[in-house]
Amino acid sequence: MRFSFTAEQDEFRATLRRAFAARSPTTEVRRLMATEAGYERDAWDRLNSELGLTAVAIPEAYGGAGFGAGELCIVLEEMGRSLLCAPYFATAAMAATVIQKAGTEAEKRELLPMLASGKSTATLAYTGAGPSLEAVGAGVVATRSGTGWRLSGAVSPVLDGLTADLLVVAASGAVGAGLSLFTIQGKPAGLTRQPLRTMDETRKFARLVLDRVEARPLGEIGGAGEAVAATLRELYAYLANEMVGGAERLREDALAYVKMRMQFGRSIASFQATKHKAADMLVDVELAKSAAYCAAAAIDEADPEAPALASLAKAAACDAYLQTAIHAVQMHGGIGFTWDNDTHLWFKRAKSSEVLFGDANAHRELLVRQWKA
Amino acid sequence: MTEPTEASVRAEVRAWLEANWNPDLGLVEWRERLCDAGWAAAHWPKRWYGRDLPVKFNAAIDEEFARIGAITAARAGIRTLAALTILAHGTDFHKEKFLKRILTGEDTWCQLFSEPGSGSDMAGAVTRADRRGNRWVVNGQKVWTTSAHKANWGLLLARVDWDSAKHKGLGYFILDMKQPGVQVHPLRQMNHHASFNQVFMTDAMVEPELMLGEPGEGWKIATTTLMNERRNADGLRSTASSAPREGRIYDEERAEIATTMAPYTWYPQRAGRTDLVMSRVRETGKLDDPVIRQEIGRLLVLSKSAEWTALRARAALAQGKAPGPEGSLGKLVASHVARQAARVHTYLSGTDALLSGADGAMDGLIAEILVSVPAVSIAGGTDEIQRNIIAERVLGMPREPSVDTAKPFRDVPRNLAAT
Repeated sequence: MRFSFTAEQDEFRATLRRAFAARSPTTEVRRLMATEAGYERDAWDRLNSELGLTAVAIPEAYGGAGFGAGELCIVLEEMGRSLLCAPYFATAAMAATVIQKAGTEAEKRELLPMLASGKSTATLAYTGAGPSLEAVGAGVVATRSGTGWRLSGAVSPVLDGLTADLLVVAASGAVGAGLSLFTIQGKPAGLTRQPLRTMDETRKFARLVLDRVEARPLGEIGGAGEAVAATLRELYAYLANEMVGGAERLREDALAYVKMRMQFGRSIASFQATKHKAADMLVDVELAKSAAYCAAAAIDEADPEAPALASLAKAAACDAYLQTAIHAVQMHGGIGFTWDNDTHLWFKRAKSSEVLFGDANAHRELLVRQWKA
Repeated sequence: MTEPTEASVRAEVRAWLEANWNPDLGLVEWRERLCDAGWAAAHWPKRWYGRDLPVKFNAAIDEEFARIGAITAARAGIRTLAALTILAHGTDFHKEKFLKRILTGEDTWCQLFSEPGSGSDMAGAVTRADRRGNRWVVNGQKVWTTSAHKANWGLLLARVDWDSAKHKGLGYFILDMKQPGVQVHPLRQMNHHASFNQVFMTDAMVEPELMLGEPGEGWKIATTTLMNERRNADGLRSTASSAPREGRIYDEERAEIATTMAPYTWYPQRAGRTDLVMSRVRETGKLDDPVIRQEIGRLLVLSKSAEWTALRARAALAQGKAPGPEGSLGKLVASHVARQAARVHTYLSGTDALLSGADGAMDGLIAEILVSVPAVSIAGGTDEIQRNIIAERVLGMPREPSVDTAKPFRDVPRNLAAT
């Protein structure tokens, strides 16, 4: 449903909100973001054994719960709200989607249950991290080696690339011009994972250096272009939903702060400059939420316009999240620029989300190019 | 008696219409029959031309009228606000005198609330009504008065007591517009249209029995009018569409609607006409320009997400959920959409947008958009007032401090003279 949620979905959201509030207070976010891995395996295991979250959008035939993009987006929105530190987006949104779209039946039966159970984390490694498909396979070359394949090159930045148990790597070259996907599990010889220092410490990126690393094809060699393109088009909508969760949290926290803060003998929430800013923030966030929800529903409905709506949602979320973050820092004043205040955690997430998978300009371009009406 | 159902109401109105509908009657004559039968406004009291039916049946009743091609009571324009205010606050004398002629369309009405010195702050009206003998004498100026030049009667808010506080010193009057003391001049807008009027009152007379409520109750009664205006903002205009049918009664109705709707011809343009953007893109061939694509993208993001936000509000309502914040944003968002649409139209049409009339883009329609859009962020509650409302009612932020409501109104500062 595009404009509303079912009672079950509302209940699911409420459960997650309570759980994430308890498991991911900002003290916990700060502790985990200071670690190299960015998350803890115990907490991840509990997340999946107790709440079954990576299984949500994976079909039952592959060990999942068989819900859709709508439910996945509820999880993402609530994670964006709480900045929960876990390789969830990489595993459940990126890797699970690309495996479903590119894998053979046998590959899906082998790989997806590992993700659904939470036993393995995963990611999609491709160059660019932007919306353009031209660069996706760049930097990694696949060569035949006996009956198998070996990958050489480097790819960066890779979301949760340091810790992912399963790497889905995009490679070009060797066989025709087509894009190919390969999977790498565990710690094969020739694979080096280098952690990258990131501005948004709640999102971990790594560089993968591959030196003749043994890898298995995912789907047809040279035939992954459309599957990767379709995956990216869904990721725009998924990330947009994560973003509106964060934007709403920032908006609410800033509002609570100005209501508490007294200056010149009155609440700063009584100043029209503050009230009007708060009203504008509500408009920005609510509109971006509408676009994000609509894009998620369009995926579930297999609407041919889903790609255009995903770009619309990403463009809306980019502008809304960043503008909300800018206003939120401003409304806090000096304390909003300090490390101890939590606002910067979401400000940085707004920035990293803005550029990941293409910024607002890129998505407005994609939107207008695809708009039919 | 059993509770009416939609089916029973439909059957009843259908039977009555089949027995009584006669397109050879005059418009007023037909509507008088509607009043007598209670089908003029079925949700009104039986005594006052209705049937005491729940308002939820009105759509079904309208469908039955449309099915047979029958004309309804007069509804478009300010007359409906007058009727609802009189029903709520009028005496039997007022109801007797005015309601039927509202429903037949014989009388038209206007609303005399806004003044040059009080727009958003409508309760700050300084038009005065003073007692002379047992009559009221009115002096002052009203503005933004739709259809005042046609109106027989005006709903007038005027100050009767300068020693009371702002909201306590107003009276609510029904003003006879056709008298020497009332002068109506069209107010020309920046887009050349003159949809509204200025009304000058110089010793205009109001008979004592034409006050609604008591002196001092004016603001309370005006709130009823304004609430209905807000509730029916679209209905006041959209209910007026004429059937393409032949015959005297239809001609009369068409003429009535044309008169009522005349002030609103440019209203679609003030909303920015996003509906024209994609066809203009094709006509102008400007899609090759990446800068213009960005501006179109901004408009699409804004207008579509605004539309979906309104649908979310509607869906929540239909599900019986408590209204969320999404329902309160429409007016403010409409301003953003209109401004961005005007920007896109400007870029698409270039210098053609400068030309109005037949020489201009779309026969001047594009130029009309550009000079009509500034109204949308002012009319019916400015963007600033909307932000205050959102901040206070939705976000629970402190109300604006009021510096003028506790003291006698005569001590409240008013506009300074221009130097």
